[in-house]
Amino acid sequence: MKIGVVTFPGSLDDHDARRAVRVAGGEPVTLWHGDDSLRHVDAVVLPGGFSYGDYLRAGAIARFAPVMSALIPAAKGGLPVLGICNGFQILCESHLLPGAMIQNDHRTFICRDQRLRVENATTAWTSEFAHGDEITIVLKNQDGQYVADQRTLDELEGESRVAFRYVVDGPDAPAPVRFDRFASRNPNGSYRDIAGVSNERGNVVGLMPHPEHAIEQGYGPSLDGLKFFTSVLKSVVNA
Amino acid sequence: MGIVVVDVMLKSEILDPQGQAVAGALPRLGFNQFTDVRQGKRFVLTVEGEVTQQVLSAAREAAEKMLSNPVIEDVVSVRAEPRNAESHA
Repeated sequence: MKIGVVTFPGSLDDHDARRAVRVAGGEPVTLWHGDDSLRHVDAVVLPGGFSYGDYLRAGAIARFAPVMSALIPAAKGGLPVLGICNGFQILCESHLLPGAMIQNDHRTFICRDQRLRVENATTAWTSEFAHGDEITIVLKNQDGQYVADQRTLDELEGESRVAFRYVVDGPDAPAPVRFDRFASRNPNGSYRDIAGVSNERGNVVGLMPHPEHAIEQGYGPSLDGLKFFTSVLKSVVNA
Repeated sequence: MGIVVVDVMLKSEILDPQGQAVAGALPRLGFNQFTDVRQGKRFVLTVEGEVTQQVLSAAREAAEKMLSNPVIEDVVSVRAEPRNAESHA
């Protein structure tokens, strides 16, 4: 199973994403932003980072890179694509996923272990989870506030396309959760606590937090990230 | 040399963290009369020769396609900038 990972100018987590693919049992393939070939891969990861320095809008310039002219039609045709952080921003800018990402409402960069709830365990990238699972992976971003108009948000909810939500404990949570900076609100102001969404077909998934940083014992807060990659390997076999 | 100016603003229903930061700092300088600040983007596009209707329509297309994201932003205006010589006359 070949899983391509695209490197844009300013990508940071492409190496970790390739490592995660390998640890999960897949064969990572390096894809280059300036190359309009997907090299016959079975799935693609758009990794985190700051492509083109986040100039204009996060993901806005990467969206027009040559590799995207091959990726966009392939994704519309059913190729599994996972966008992580900057990759999620690129998928939104490409209109492969609805909504957009703006600056965190508290205006500071954030880096923390983040709890999420799996809200859709039927997508190509989440099938190894169960609906309602709580997972902890790393969140690190400046422009992580997911926004969309009410109609789009209602549509996403109605079609079960919210894949992940930030777990918000509330002010009555026991210590030490209560003292957490984000005890009673989500960490970036995302509408309806949305951390990740999928397209209608479930082959394209984007999320702000980073599963590729939670795949190995001793590194990261958990091994929860591994299931994203084992999910897609399984979905490719079954396809 | 002709110049086209494109102004882009976040839609009014989208929170503007940068504008809020500026709004929060203005009172420290004694500017208490401004109840809200929204920050936008200006693009200055230069072409060789005159700004023709074709140039303006290409600028409009670029504004919709790349300079703005229609999900969160509005293209407020696309207009030809008066030439320097004229504006200084």
